[in-house]
Amino acid sequence: MYPPKFDYYRATSVDEALSLLQQHGDNAKLLAGGHSLIPLMKTRLAQPAVLIDIGRIDALKGIQVDGDTLRIGPLTTHADIAASEDVQGRAAALADAAGVVGDVQVRNRGTIGGNLAHADPASDLPAAVLALGGEIEVRGPNGSRTVAADDFFQGLFTTALGGDEIITAIRIPAGGGKRVSAYVKFPHPASGYAVVGVAAVLELDGQTITSARVAANGAFECAKRLTGAEQALAGATASDEAIAAAAQRAAEGFNADDFMSDIFASSEYRAHLLGVYTRRALQKALERA
Amino acid sequence: MAEKLLGSAIRRREDPALITGRAKYTDDLKLPNMAYVAILRSPYAHARITRLDTSKAKALDGVVAVFTAEDVAQSGIPGQVPVGWLLPDMKIPTRPLLAQDRVRYVGEAVAVVVAEDRYTAHDALELIEVEYEPLSAVANPAKAVEEGAPLVHDDAPNNIAFDWEIGDKEATDQAFANAAHTVSLNLVNNRLIPNAVEPRAALADYDPVSGRLTLWMTTQNPHIHRLLMSLASLGLPEHKIRVIAPEVGGGFGSKIHHYPDEAIVSWCAMQLGRPVKWQATRAETYLTDAHGRDHVTTAEMAVDENGKITGLRVHTYANMGAYYSTFAPAVPTYLYGTLLSGEYEIPNIYCRVVGVFTHTTPVDAYRGAGRPEATFVVERLVDLMARKLGMDPAEFRRKNFIPPDKFPYQTPVALQYDSGDYEKPLNKALELVGYEQLRREQEEARKEGRYIGIGLSTYIEACGLAPSSVVGSLGAQAGQWESAIVRVHPTGKVTVYSGSSGHGQGHKTTFAQIVADILGVPYDDIEIIQGDTDEVQYGWGTYGSRSAAVGGSAIAVSAQKVVEKGRKIAAHLLEAAEDDVAFEAGKYYVKGAPDKAVTIQDVALQAYLAHNLPPGIEPALEAAAFYDPSNFTFPFGTHVAVVEVNPESGEVNLLRYVAVDDCGHVINPLIVEGQVHGGIAQGVGQALYEHAVYDEEGNLITGTLMDYAVPKARFLPSFELDRTVTPCPHNPLGVKGIGEAGTIAASAAVVNAVVDALAPFGVEHIDMPVTPEKVWRAIQGAGN
Repeated sequence: MYPPKFDYYRATSVDEALSLLQQHGDNAKLLAGGHSLIPLMKTRLAQPAVLIDIGRIDALKGIQVDGDTLRIGPLTTHADIAASEDVQGRAAALADAAGVVGDVQVRNRGTIGGNLAHADPASDLPAAVLALGGEIEVRGPNGSRTVAADDFFQGLFTTALGGDEIITAIRIPAGGGKRVSAYVKFPHPASGYAVVGVAAVLELDGQTITSARVAANGAFECAKRLTGAEQALAGATASDEAIAAAAQRAAEGFNADDFMSDIFASSEYRAHLLGVYTRRALQKALERA
Repeated sequence: MAEKLLGSAIRRREDPALITGRAKYTDDLKLPNMAYVAILRSPYAHARITRLDTSKAKALDGVVAVFTAEDVAQSGIPGQVPVGWLLPDMKIPTRPLLAQDRVRYVGEAVAVVVAEDRYTAHDALELIEVEYEPLSAVANPAKAVEEGAPLVHDDAPNNIAFDWEIGDKEATDQAFANAAHTVSLNLVNNRLIPNAVEPRAALADYDPVSGRLTLWMTTQNPHIHRLLMSLASLGLPEHKIRVIAPEVGGGFGSKIHHYPDEAIVSWCAMQLGRPVKWQATRAETYLTDAHGRDHVTTAEMAVDENGKITGLRVHTYANMGAYYSTFAPAVPTYLYGTLLSGEYEIPNIYCRVVGVFTHTTPVDAYRGAGRPEATFVVERLVDLMARKLGMDPAEFRRKNFIPPDKFPYQTPVALQYDSGDYEKPLNKALELVGYEQLRREQEEARKEGRYIGIGLSTYIEACGLAPSSVVGSLGAQAGQWESAIVRVHPTGKVTVYSGSSGHGQGHKTTFAQIVADILGVPYDDIEIIQGDTDEVQYGWGTYGSRSAAVGGSAIAVSAQKVVEKGRKIAAHLLEAAEDDVAFEAGKYYVKGAPDKAVTIQDVALQAYLAHNLPPGIEPALEAAAFYDPSNFTFPFGTHVAVVEVNPESGEVNLLRYVAVDDCGHVINPLIVEGQVHGGIAQGVGQALYEHAVYDEEGNLITGTLMDYAVPKARFLPSFELDRTVTPCPHNPLGVKGIGEAGTIAASAAVVNAVVDALAPFGVEHIDMPVTPEKVWRAIQGAGN
């Protein structure tokens, strides 16, 4: 509970934060809401020599509807995302996920950017951002680039974000035809993290599901698409049968050792839950149609 | 005139300070020149220490001192952490303050740092160089007794700490041989971590001039800690030690025990001549607070052709951990084997308990302490047998209850139940829950593929261990009476000194209610003092639901003595014979003439002035009582859990929880209900969520609140409570104790409900915690 000494810088702009990152290299960690980093530091599992606090850069906060895109600043808190009518209306799965992160205190402090950058396998937001086809806008010393969520999550606590880069926005496509989405999870009774969490996004044309994106976290080392379920849904008529068929194929393409395993839930059980929660996510999404 | 307060749900006088953050806990206290302690703990469950070098840590700026076992030995103190309950032929290994050459559990203290601030102290821990030679370890008590298992102590073969039995083996075997039906059950009673909201802490201040040590610490029983510090750990004379319990944030038993840590902190203060403070982190409490439960049990029940229970046979391996914690040997023996009769007339019971050392944190009393384990065994067997006989579980219980006309009832396992009427709470609980209707709904739901379960737990508790002579004959190295002094001041205000030591129970409220009624003085005129060995005469403390029954009774007796002394003075003032003076609502008057009265406040003033006292009466108005009860008290009741199990995912939803408890007379219903709520939550926690898990190497893998699941408020329904009142016949208040009842009853009720829900799948038992995966696997397994 008592971290070793570290230097603390408070950046007032993205440029300043980037230059501090350049200056301190691997010794530095960015501090946003602090809900992943501070506990690690208190238990001395993480011992960064330098903290660069970006938490007060106002330009990185807020939710905007930008044409067909929902643009969310990385310092936007889970609570603000969950409460946003724009997010609820255009990306309900993300509002669902943000609303079930931790508890009220965590949601009031924790940020979407910090959450995605930390890439905890059991975190709720990655599956939602992935299923919604989100993009992560990042800036580094060589300028800005955009990474599709499909390419962002690479493994256990590992992302495409470079050590000298900062997330500057999360963009969620929100145009086109009728789209419904939802996120549901099986929370661990101790941590509240997802043992299995599933986000489902369905494009609808009348009763026909024209396309589907389904993604899960908690089950794997990082958030992953459930392509078997997606294929089962594409072109199907929205119905209990279609949902059941998709749930049946939720674990398709994964091996037993792709699934996380711990004393609370074995890989076999997680694989089973993946089907159960895929069905529940699809049901919840279609209830919103 | 004071109103009648006993039985009144007045709000707790403790709470304003607690909820406004004004209460002072140990870590809130600061003394001039205070330094901070951090303790280096073993990362290995079993290892030899081959090198221990503190030089780099000592050289760190801000470090005051670094000590090891060698320094403790050189100081010449006794340096022991003793066991406070002895069983026949038990092995008693030495438990040191700091590990000497071998560590025996993850978290055992190896060295101690004192520094100017906490950050430096923790930095210094990382600079202590320890080389360990890891040795093989064993954590499971059933495996630890196997031939060839790694030994925790070289002089305890097969890791057997003690081998204890109770009941008549031969007669019980005979009952099984003659039985019409038997059921048996292998179960694990899961290890739990106490989770008091305030982790343990100690602040020690030693004055080398007077030779006095003042120790503020998180304790449920300051006098026991003073005694053990003096005799076994520090060697300071008892009168040179003052132990103070400031505000203490819960204990659940974990703050009864005498640990090495608080003794180390005291010893550091003595070495350095300056105050030092230690505050455990949550992770530290997980490794060092004595854990609870951890039994591996085989249990069987026999019935005759009429469905009457004829025998109960139980074999238990009880995990002691690496050393005995203070009262550890009593918990799986006299607080467990003696409770196996439950609420039932069982002519033959035999129980054998093997206490086992393992390379794990010591295990000791945790809310309920032995009684939840016993209740779980009995209530699970009762449900299994009812199912086997095709009887409704409520009906099978009714058939086997000890009938009300058989009290006092002598069980075959030592206890004599003083009073009871077990059908009353059962009937009330069934009515509250709507049992018949629920059974019909259960039937309907099953047709729709929904699985509702109804679980009963008809429990008996034994609390307020007593009398001291009996407890002593069973091995206790402690008395089990309680003390009180009631002191009326010249102005008629009252201070009460109690040997109970509250840490969240609300003693200052309930004790004042008792005194207000007996003395007839206003509630606000009464102050309760507890938790300080310099202020309080003596006390055995607060645990085992004893504070109302034993501590409260001591207060009632001393208050009554004050009334009687006052009566003599009042008679003198009223110029009447003592026998003619009545006392009512704070006033003495000559019988038949209530208008001419003197108040107890008038009497108090006269007692102190002593200008006009009757011959032979000493001045002042106070009395002491040292109350030793004649028996345990025996609360009982019926709890009913209603669950719905999702057969697809295995998730268990606790829909309703009904509790009807009989704790005798109720002093404060608000406090009693609060205790029941908390107790149920903890019992549900054990049933569904909590489990301290060790791996094969003896690492605690549920070492934080991220892995160890305590029940959250949102996991629980609104509890539906009621009670029956069967007063305790042998104490002046007729009270029994309610602090542990919820925990004792709840885990069996919940597991019975889950197993009942899964009856169509043929599931007969699931070990706690009943996690979704276990339920899912049970359904899968039963379906095959």
